[in-house]
This record gives sequence, structure tokens and C-alpha cells, in this order.
Amino acid sequence: MEKIKVANLYKIFGPNPERAIDLLNHGKTKDEILEETRLSIGVAGVSFYVKSGEILVVMGLSGSGKSTLVRCINRLIEPTAGEIIVNDVDVTTLSAKDLREFRQKNFGMVFQNFALFPHRSVLSNVEYGLEIQKIDKQTRRERSMQALEQVGLKGWEESYPDQLSGGMQQRVGLARALALDADIMLMDEAFSALDPLIRRDMQDELLDLQDKVKKTIVFISHDLDEAIKLGDRIALMKDGVIVQEGTAEEILTNPANDYVAKFVEDVDMTKVITAESVMKKSEVMAYSKTDGPRAALRKMHQAGISTIFVREHKRLVGIVSAENAVEAARRGEKTLDTIIDRNVPTVKPDTPAIELFPLLAESPYPLAVVNDENKLMGVIVKGSLLGAIADSTRGPLNREPLKKTG
Amino acid sequence: MMEFPENVRIPLGDWVDSGMNWILQTFSEFFDTLGTVILQFMLHVEKFFLWLPWPVLIVGVGILAWRAMGRWWSGVMMAAMLFFMGTLGLWRLGMMTLSLVFSAVIISLAIGIPLGIAMATSNRFEAILKPLLDGMQTMPSFVYLIPALMLFGLGKVPALFATIIYAVPPVIRLTNVGIREVSADVVEAAHAFGSSYWQILFKVQLPLARPTIMVGINQTTMMALAMVVIASMIGARGLGLEVLLAINRIEIGRGFEAGLCIVFMAIIIDRITFAMASRKQYGS
Repeated sequence: MEKIKVANLYKIFGPNPERAIDLLNHGKTKDEILEETRLSIGVAGVSFYVKSGEILVVMGLSGSGKSTLVRCINRLIEPTAGEIIVNDVDVTTLSAKDLREFRQKNFGMVFQNFALFPHRSVLSNVEYGLEIQKIDKQTRRERSMQALEQVGLKGWEESYPDQLSGGMQQRVGLARALALDADIMLMDEAFSALDPLIRRDMQDELLDLQDKVKKTIVFISHDLDEAIKLGDRIALMKDGVIVQEGTAEEILTNPANDYVAKFVEDVDMTKVITAESVMKKSEVMAYSKTDGPRAALRKMHQAGISTIFVREHKRLVGIVSAENAVEAARRGEKTLDTIIDRNVPTVKPDTPAIELFPLLAESPYPLAVVNDENKLMGVIVKGSLLGAIADSTRGPLNREPLKKTG
Repeated sequence: MMEFPENVRIPLGDWVDSGMNWILQTFSEFFDTLGTVILQFMLHVEKFFLWLPWPVLIVGVGILAWRAMGRWWSGVMMAAMLFFMGTLGLWRLGMMTLSLVFSAVIISLAIGIPLGIAMATSNRFEAILKPLLDGMQTMPSFVYLIPALMLFGLGKVPALFATIIYAVPPVIRLTNVGIREVSADVVEAAHAFGSSYWQILFKVQLPLARPTIMVGINQTTMMALAMVVIASMIGARGLGLEVLLAINRIEIGRGFEAGLCIVFMAIIIDRITFAMASRKQYGS
């Protein structure tokens, strides 16, 4: 279900901003319009959607319009033109009073500079949103305490914001948004002001939390690593427009244009590429029920490989090497039972490439990529992993082998 | 030397005179009623201060100063100054002055804080009010005595009226500044959670502007005290009148006593209200 749907959204700063929309439609750039009309373009015709329970990361450099965009969604900034449908309501048509109520019920917001109320204790900061909805004290307290517990700040209720570290302050900010029970969270560079280690912790915790609370999140960020980590989908903004939108892997492997390619070129591909995207789909397998050593040898010979995975009832049970198969055949054995090595290293399809290296180094065999039912999805050998990494860092033209094979 | 041509004259004084006359004739009833109401208020305040047993006030001020400033000897000092006033035989006059200051401050705050809030809300209102406030503060304080005298005659009410006009600008100005200084981030957050104008004002802006507003209250109080002395020229009784009489009769000792009492009163009020303004309200 689409929770948020934005269509043709414009925000232009200055008097009579409609002029600029015409100029934009005639292909003028942001700078040309500023020169000509003194109007400054914030958002220049953006359309996107966010599905229920999804994290959309809107990413861009400063001045790309991403913060303006997120403020248009709850009309902290009044959009110039366009449609914003949230929970089937067009936010742009709400009266001032209805808008206030809509914000209370639908949006939790977390800010880059925390924006906590310095004169209120941690608990009363978290209670703020409920207080202005005139919810009774008892309920207010219970829900706020629960939110504080969720972000790991139990026991800090009576402290004041200036007594807390940056990371803890932002937990308060997060709790303040969670306490509302609104199903949408708008997070404007929520972790950008934190130092890198704490930022990483907060990202992990947000993901853990998201597993439990299943909010619909619009997360603004200028940090690609953060976007890749958090985003179910990423929208990349430049000069007020979305230049590309898709999953992290889609954007990294198929940049829509030079700008995106440049943006993503510094990404450490070993963290982005997953086992699934570097594995070779293995067609050839031995069956433990029916294949003996000779049949296994024959399959290996035809495929040009020196080891073969063995399956039973569609599940991976182990691996047999050509060497052992030859000896078993010489001994006249009819089954693979004695020579199956059941201690095969396996990885999941979404394991990042960086975790594959040590496994490959330790094991004499290729890595088996298996799904949750232990069904073999593919095989990774050293050569194919290195090749994929090399390809992905070479540039957008040579990315064919990286495309998803599964 | 060249004289300014005599026939180029703007009869501004005449205009003001006729304007005042018109106001007096048209609104005389209004000013009479207003004057009566204010007088009643002032009489009650004065009655209270004159009724207040002196040990209660001295101990009360001592404790207040101690709590506000956080040092016991500050409390003792303030109490001692007040006691000293009594030993000069000026307790009653001092209480009259204090009651006039108190009335003027109460009314100034009742007018000033809402005006300051309005000023912070509307840029246009700020643009109109600012030069007016500048004018009120730069004009010599004696000038206010004239219209006050015309509107209310001699007595306490015009003294109070002149005092308010002189003393109200700081609290208006600093309420405005205090609210405008509240971080835009925090106000935006309040908006994001769906707060109304009044909710933001009372739950966010005013609490955060409180230290600045307290400085405004401190300044307003000090200016009221300064003006009360001058206002004695049009009939406010109290320490100011004592000074005025001493000047007229060239009685240096008498003037010195009353003057010293005014200084002590100023120190007491200033230190206590300033300590309240600068005290940290929350956090570490």
C-alpha cells in the first residue's frame, strides 16, 4: 500500500513563484532562473511514493532540496504546487486547523539538531506531542515511558537535554516521535550531527526498532553509506529533482547518469555487493540417493569442475571432491555416503561481499549460497568474487557480470 | 548673522494644546473613571504596604534575597539596608514610594508583556512600535509630567501614569527580543507536532524567553523607581517628595537621608530581581 504519494511537487522561494514553474518546464536550469527572476528553486517537480512499512532514504548534497522536500510533506514549508497524498488525504488542501490535527495524528519528526525543548525534562519532552493533543496525564506518561524504553533511555526521565550526550539527545528526539503513535516518521538528517561510531549504533538501533514498530519512514541523508544501510529504496536528489530512485544495488550498479555515478564511485563495493550478486548459479549437482562416485565424476568432468555439491530432497547435504570420488570408484563403492564432506561453509544470499573473503580463505571448497530452506542458490569461488569486485569499481560501462542472476 | 525668518513658523505647541483640550473635553468622563479605578488600586496597594508590620517585611526581604542570590549574607545585607531606612524615620515614606513603584510595575507588566508578545508575532507591529519606544525612552522624563497632569490633575494617579510611560519600554522590548531569540529549530519542532499558536507561545516561547523577560522586568522596576522620585513633583508622596522639599529648602542633611534610602531601595530591588533573572531554570 502506498502510504505517501507525492506528485509533481514544486517549492519555489520568492514572490510570484509560479513564473519559475513555467521556466522550469521550458528547460531552464536552477541557476538561470535565479539569475533571471531572483527566484530560488527548492524542489522542482518531484514525484515519488513510500510504501507502508518502508524506509525511503532521500539522499543528496546540501542544497539539493532534500530538507525542503521532507518539510513539504507535513507542510512545515508550504509547497508551491503539486499533490501530497498521505493516508489517502491530500495534505495540500487541509485548512490550518485540520493540518495541525493531521500532523498530530500522522507525523512523527526527528531533526538534525535534535530540537529538543531545553526547559523540559526528558520525559516531558517525549510527552510533548501527546500533551498538545490533550491526552490525559496517565496515558501520556505510560506511552512516553514505553517510548523511552524502546530507545534505551529508561532511568533518564528526570534529566534535562543539556545533561545528555548528542547520541542520547537524539534518542530523546526519536522517542518523542515514537510516543505519538503516528505511523509515519520524517527524519531530517537525524544522525548527521552525531560522530561516526554513535551514528552507526543509532542506525543499527533504528533498523532493530523498525523491525518491531514497522513505521513508514522518510529519511533524509547526505551520507551514501547511511542510505545504503537504512534504505529499502533510495531517491537521489540534485538541484531539486530526483535523478534516480531504486534500491541501493540498482543505483550502485546502474547509475542513471554521470552525476549518480560520481556520487557513488567512492562507495566501498565490498559492503554493497551481496553473495547473491557474485555467485554463479550452479546447475550441476549430485543426488545422494541415486548418484554413485562414477556418476558424480562424470558430472564434474562435463561441467569442468573439481568439486560437486550433493543434495537430498532439494536440500544441500555436503560436497564431494573429484579426488575422493576417484578413490571410492576404485574401491568399488556404489554410493557417495563415505566421501561426502558434510562440513560445507554456507552463506545467505544477502551476506555482504566483505564477509565472504575470510570464509573463502579458510575453506578448500567454494562457498555454497543457500536460502532459508537450505536450498542451494549458487556457488561462489575466489575468482568470481574478485572479478565482480573489480568490475564494479571499474565504472558504469562494465557492469554486466554484476547484474542479479537469481 | 542670519536670523531664521520669523514668518516661517509651525505652531506645533498650539496644535498640541488644542489637541489636548479636545481630548480632555471629549474623553473627560473616560479619564475620570480610569483615574478613579487606578486610584482605588493604588490606595489598596499603599494600604497594604503601610499595614505590613516592619519586621515581616525585613525578614521577608532577607529570606527572598538569600533564596534568590544563594548566599545567606546577601540576605542579611538587604535586610540591614531596609532596617537602616527605618532608623532614619523614613519607613512610612519609603513604603509609600515602594507602593507606587509596585503599582507602576504591575500595570507596566500587564501592558508590556502582551505588547511584547504582539511585537514578536508581527513584524509590522514591531516596525511601528520600535520608534515609538525609542521616543518614549529618549524623551526627558519631565515631559511626561505635563500630559499626565492635564489628564488627571495633581496627585497619585498622574504620577503613576507618568511612571508607567517612562518604565514600560524595557519590558516590551525584552519580551519581544526574548521570544524572537527562541531557537527556530525548537519552534519548528513544536509546529511539526501540530501545536497551535497559543500552545507554542505558552509551552515553548514564553518559558524559553523567561530569563530575558526577567531582565526586562528588572529594568522596568529600576526605571519606575527613578521616575517615582521625579513624579513627586506632581503630587506623589514618599521619598521623592522628601528630596524635593530638601532641595527647595536647601536642607542638605534631610535630602541626603532620603536620597540614601532611595539608593538602598534601588539596590535591594535590583539585586533581587536580577538574581531571579539570571538564575538558571533547568538542567545542569
